[in-house]
Amino acid sequence: MTGRTPWDDAQARELIAAISAEPGAALPILHALQERFGYIDDSAIPAIAEALNVSKAEIHGVVSFYHDFRRAPVDGAVLKLCRAESCQALGCEDLVAHLSQAHGLEVDRVEASAPLCVETVYCLGNCALSPAALLDGEPIGRLDRGAIDEIVARTAERRP
Amino acid sequence: MSARVYIPADSAALSVGADRAARAIAEEAQARGIELALVRTGSRGLYWLEPMVEVDTDEGRFAYGPIVPGDAPSLFDAGFLAGGAHPKALGLVDEIPYLKNQQRLIFARCGVVDPLSLDDYRRHGGLAGLNQAIALGPQRTIEEVVASGLRGRGGAGFPTGIKWRTVAGVSADQKYVVCNADEGDSGTFADRMLLEGDPFLLIEGMAIAALGVGATKGYVYIRSEYPHAFERFSAALERARAAGLLGRNALGPGRAFDIEARLGAGAYICGEETSLLESLEGKRGQVRAKPPLPAIQGLFGKPTVINNVLSFASTPWILAHGGKAYAEYGVGRSRGSQPFQLAGNVKRAGLVELAFGATIRRLVDDFGGGTRSGRPIRAVQVGGPLGAYFPLDLIDTPLDYEAMLAAKGMLGHGGIVVFDDTVDMARQARFAFSFCAAESCGKCTPCRIGSTRGVETVDKIIAGRDRPQNIQLLRDLCEVLTDGSLCALGGLTPLPVLSALDHFGEDFADDPARAAAE
Repeated sequence: MTGRTPWDDAQARELIAAISAEPGAALPILHALQERFGYIDDSAIPAIAEALNVSKAEIHGVVSFYHDFRRAPVDGAVLKLCRAESCQALGCEDLVAHLSQAHGLEVDRVEASAPLCVETVYCLGNCALSPAALLDGEPIGRLDRGAIDEIVARTAERRP
Repeated sequence: MSARVYIPADSAALSVGADRAARAIAEEAQARGIELALVRTGSRGLYWLEPMVEVDTDEGRFAYGPIVPGDAPSLFDAGFLAGGAHPKALGLVDEIPYLKNQQRLIFARCGVVDPLSLDDYRRHGGLAGLNQAIALGPQRTIEEVVASGLRGRGGAGFPTGIKWRTVAGVSADQKYVVCNADEGDSGTFADRMLLEGDPFLLIEGMAIAALGVGATKGYVYIRSEYPHAFERFSAALERARAAGLLGRNALGPGRAFDIEARLGAGAYICGEETSLLESLEGKRGQVRAKPPLPAIQGLFGKPTVINNVLSFASTPWILAHGGKAYAEYGVGRSRGSQPFQLAGNVKRAGLVELAFGATIRRLVDDFGGGTRSGRPIRAVQVGGPLGAYFPLDLIDTPLDYEAMLAAKGMLGHGGIVVFDDTVDMARQARFAFSFCAAESCGKCTPCRIGSTRGVETVDKIIAGRDRPQNIQLLRDLCEVLTDGSLCALGGLTPLPVLSALDHFGEDFADDPARAAAE
């Protein structure tokens, strides 16, 4: 993940203050926080609400609405695996089964300490080279079982 | 002058090793003491040939592909910088049938130019449309777009010029131009290609709209699944600002226009225009009831033009060549060109821009070359996750707005996904409901609850429980979703479901093999 900095309230407040004057600032603020820290800490909710002069419930509602925002840190790599129609037509569900059977990795199970988390996404716009994925933002096309094995090995190695 | 080598930096090309190929070629050149100018372009959209490497020759651009790093020495041995013979030589790019048989109006520059070079953009005809719009003035600019017959390329197909005229007719202290680049439909990637491969075209199109309606501020809402496109487009905005294409005098002396790129956050529903506006305002992406139309009360309650990337990107050509010239392409009430995106289980997947009127068969057979797996085609889904599945006996249906509607489908954003005979259509129907359940904004009941009831009902049918009754229930449920949903997500989910049921009923019928497995 991009955000490796441990959560820091003072830094978070600074980030929020820098953006809060923009029109419709909630999403840019949340993206900036997640970019820096890798997730949105609970303490950010009242801070954002105060800066934007809206209720905490409203900010909580926004954070929980969007699939992107994480509520807890993830240490390892994140593989966003596309499971939409074009990738289905070329066997993405076989890759989901392979991840589980060969590597014990269940898609969409959040494990903060795992070297690799696999998340479902619907479409990465790489449908001409399905099945597709993003590994920490790096696009990968024409995935097969071998490529999955390689990703699992690579991310396991990367662990400190 | 050093030789020029063109290699895409398009994210799909990167996904199959375009960076590795570029590095290998650069290193090989250095080792041989050859000076190279490496230009990173967008993609031509011939994705089965990526990474595709091009060089300048006297006859034009010459291509090689797909190139792996190990090809670098043999490419230099073969004299590829001058178009030398090589097992991976593809010939002159313009003569490759897949490209030669297209009518590229929007995608003429994509894969050709350096996407971040305004000089390159100008050299290839860029800004002619905006300059013409400035010369014509707002009213005549809009009339050109009306005359072109251009309809919204996001999926709804509403006439773009009429929308602009409405916004122009409202007086307000502030108006907005918003681009919907939340290309969430699976099987579509044209917006992404353009954002990465020809970003100035979108900027020019939005500037034309701003001039027409009198807006000073634009937003481009790009989905977060497209990190490269967001980065690329943001860089293009900076260059445009530095060159004065955006800013205080963007639309002529004293006529300001600027654009900001905003990132989505993984919600399919934000491709729906009112939900997108809510999201831009910093709220949950929940659909608004219409009226009021966004053209009257859109972003922050102000009159707003909201169009898809491809709609805006069509307007520079329209202004440069005239609305009438544009309307000469196409059939019936579908005028101009449509970038189709060929994906799924197909041999030659990629971008195919054609004037309206081609059939599904022309796309999947002539361009696509059949399935990648080599097995027979069984189903073709047109128009994304809310589009219908077509069986082989409807494969001659033309790909235009009216013909698709008549066949109980829709053109959508022009995505075409091919499935071979291993597909289980009851599973695809189930997926349509589960996708709707996952992505529903929750505002209206038919979509929020009906999608989950749909998954359960298809599960019962698959399990063989009271099949006839449950199939009837499924049809009733689809009627409720169609008639009672607030927006297209709930309203169109029945298209894939019912097309699967109507055309592939055998997958929902009693099957001894399945019964035995239960």
